Amino acid sequence: MTSQAPALLRLSGVSKRYGAVQANSGIDLAVLAGSIHAVLGENGAGKSTLMKMIYGVEQPDEGQILWNGAQVQMTRPSDAQALGIGMVFQHFSLFETLSVVQNVALMVPGKQADLAAKIKVLGEQFGLTVDPGAMVHRLSVGERQRVEIIRCLLLEPKLLILDEPTSVLPPQSVRLLFATLRSLQEKGMAILFISHKLDEIRELCDEATVLRGGRVTGRVDPRQHSAADLAKLMIGHEMPKLDAAKTRAAGEVCLSISGLSHRPKTRFGTALQSINLDLRAGQIVGIAGISGNGQQELAALISGEALSERAEMITLMGQKVGRMGPAQRRALGFAFVPEERLGRGAVPEMSLADNSLLTAHRLGMLRGGFIRRAAERAFTKDCIAEFDVRTPGPEAEAGAMSGGNLQKFIIGREIMLNPKVMLVSQPTWGVDVGAAAAIRRRLLQLRDQGAALLVISEELEELFEICDILHVLRAGQLSAPLQAANTTAQDIGAHMIGAQA
Amino acid sequence: MRLRLVRRDTASRMAMIAAPVAALVLSCLASLILFALLGKPAGAALYALLLKPFLTWYSFSEVLLKMTPLLLIAQGLAIGFRANVFNIGAEGQFIIGAICASALPVWYPDGAVPMMLPAMIVAGALGGMAYALIAAVLRTRFGASEILVTLMMSLIAVQILNYLLLGPWKDPRGFNFPQSVMFPGNALLPILLPGTRTTIAFAFALIASALAYLMMQHHFRGYQLRTAGLAPRAAGYAGFNAPGMVLLSLALGGLAAGLAGASEVAGPLGQLQRSVSSGYGYAAIIVAYLGGLNPIGIVASSFLISVIYIGGDSATVSAALPVAAVEVFQGFLLVFYLLTFTSIRYRIEVASPQGSGAR
Repeated sequence: MTSQAPALLRLSGVSKRYGAVQANSGIDLAVLAGSIHAVLGENGAGKSTLMKMIYGVEQPDEGQILWNGAQVQMTRPSDAQALGIGMVFQHFSLFETLSVVQNVALMVPGKQADLAAKIKVLGEQFGLTVDPGAMVHRLSVGERQRVEIIRCLLLEPKLLILDEPTSVLPPQSVRLLFATLRSLQEKGMAILFISHKLDEIRELCDEATVLRGGRVTGRVDPRQHSAADLAKLMIGHEMPKLDAAKTRAAGEVCLSISGLSHRPKTRFGTALQSINLDLRAGQIVGIAGISGNGQQELAALISGEALSERAEMITLMGQKVGRMGPAQRRALGFAFVPEERLGRGAVPEMSLADNSLLTAHRLGMLRGGFIRRAAERAFTKDCIAEFDVRTPGPEAEAGAMSGGNLQKFIIGREIMLNPKVMLVSQPTWGVDVGAAAAIRRRLLQLRDQGAALLVISEELEELFEICDILHVLRAGQLSAPLQAANTTAQDIGAHMIGAQA
Repeated sequence: MRLRLVRRDTASRMAMIAAPVAALVLSCLASLILFALLGKPAGAALYALLLKPFLTWYSFSEVLLKMTPLLLIAQGLAIGFRANVFNIGAEGQFIIGAICASALPVWYPDGAVPMMLPAMIVAGALGGMAYALIAAVLRTRFGASEILVTLMMSLIAVQILNYLLLGPWKDPRGFNFPQSVMFPGNALLPILLPGTRTTIAFAFALIASALAYLMMQHHFRGYQLRTAGLAPRAAGYAGFNAPGMVLLSLALGGLAAGLAGASEVAGPLGQLQRSVSSGYGYAAIIVAYLGGLNPIGIVASSFLISVIYIGGDSATVSAALPVAAVEVFQGFLLVFYLLTFTSIRYRIEVASPQGSGAR
């Protein structure tokens, strides 16, 4: 891609290495003023490292960064900000106990009253309405993102970097964000849009640089290519296909939640209000919604890590289990994959074999309370082979494994318990595309064997792919069940932002 | 430029053994310099400190005698430490154990009780355990920090001891010294090594070490305790009984400390004294950590610390070292151990400004 004027930002031959990992190698990238440029790649492809170098958080080992044609050296983010580069991170950096304007004032010079006025003006101009006096912990995720963007805009950047901005947004908020970005583009601002969501990139961006394994594997105009083409560039082969979900008659109710209310222990927890849900054998029920709307509280109440107010609020395999601990619920045929792998689903400092023992000790791994090492190893080896866990062996420390591999191990371990009811929280968070497809396939298999699955996820596409019935959890309230086949992403999105009819 | 510690992916078994050895060598070098600066004969002092305890059978047996309570208490404490239950009050549990064991011989100084010695040992162990369980109940019922509770209960135990020895349990023919009557012969532990003061309590300590090793490394209960210490949320996720593990940790710690207390009064002391402990309960914390909280490591570390105790006594005499210099040597040992241990688990990295090691 060439042009008369020098590109606003140009990277040539940029490489970065962390220890044994070559995060970026020989990256060339050119961003023109007034363009929305996508950086596309799987989890672990090197997108975040690249952005950190552009934003001055990290320095390249080799290669040059040119700004308006002149070489620049940035050693910290304030250098980048001085040039006119702003960045909105995937995980927000706002203080929850401060108001919007106080958060802004921490980064932008000026009196708070003036800033509040400017926030309002910018908000109206770009569709980023937010109350400057509101406390951040009361804001929705979409609103928090607006605060982050406004904070960047107040520094009047020429280039705005957005790292996976839509991963936390319901579909309606994505529409609003895109409108905002287009109006910024019309003002001549350049935008670097980092994502792995192909349809969004095809809709929004006019250039795309594709990364795979730390290298550039393609420079394309995303509007001219199909999502399948882009995916091929991104993962190096065709997207793995899932078997079409077989619809089968659902069996008896295995897990039933009725009138479950729960008050949070801390200020920032979410109260659950009168939740009702039925889960039948041979069925996958999905709970959509942005994390932080009671997902963690609900999962803990179902697993037994938190106790319900009354025993009859949760029924598992016909027994009232609301006041039972996790071990008793597991004895009834319950298994659980939590969203945090390290420190909850697995002990990072222990070997995989010892991590098998964590929940699979019931499967003949103990004799008189003493650990049968042979049984422990055999189980772990089976799990590694059966679930394609890439690891040197059962002795490998869990903490040294990649997120996707550890997730495959944990899901494998729980599936090998032959559960009648399994709760899976965020099954593919931070997992690469290939492993995610494998995980979903195993969940479908488990359902076809007659187990009942409850899946809590932020990824709508994932839920539509595997679920028979969907609920939406928002502000501690669970929607009525929706048949996945007769529901659209828009419907779910409406529930997610509380705008349902 | 900023330095920071990055955790190594794996620490080799060799390095785990090399660390304490390196710490010992470094401590010797540092004390040589320190003793020389004090104008003392540095070589002679170190010789007295580290080698003299091995030169006679008697002094070696004194090392084993000193090692007995340290080893017992440290094994009990390490179990709790692995589970993040910090029993700092082994000193108090030791004293209560000594008191409970002393009750029978104080009340029946003529020894006219059948099974006197076994009853004393059981009473001491159970007493120490019951005393520790007070802290366990306060923690599991009311969330009171076991660190503070056990520490403060040690002070209470000292006062109970003072009350008994200045009042009802004072030896009527003891010239008003605060100590109990001398125990009758059937209230004393048999000698293990003839011609020395080392009793069969030393064998108790070794057996306790073997049991601790079996439990922590090969039994599911030990696995649960280790999981609770390394990743409490994983223990909750798996459904391990958290209050139960606090109770078990403190019970075993108190049991071992109480047994050690009973072994002291029924062993080398032969009576209940105000100086019954001389700080074993606190020293055992250092012993437990020096041994890497590992049952085998603790056998080695309790031996080393005992050598330094006995060697220190002779160094203060033969090399005219101040008592504080011996304590400084122990301090060196702990500091250098922490340094070498950190360097095998972590490596130092020069960090770029605001840099992060994330991929």
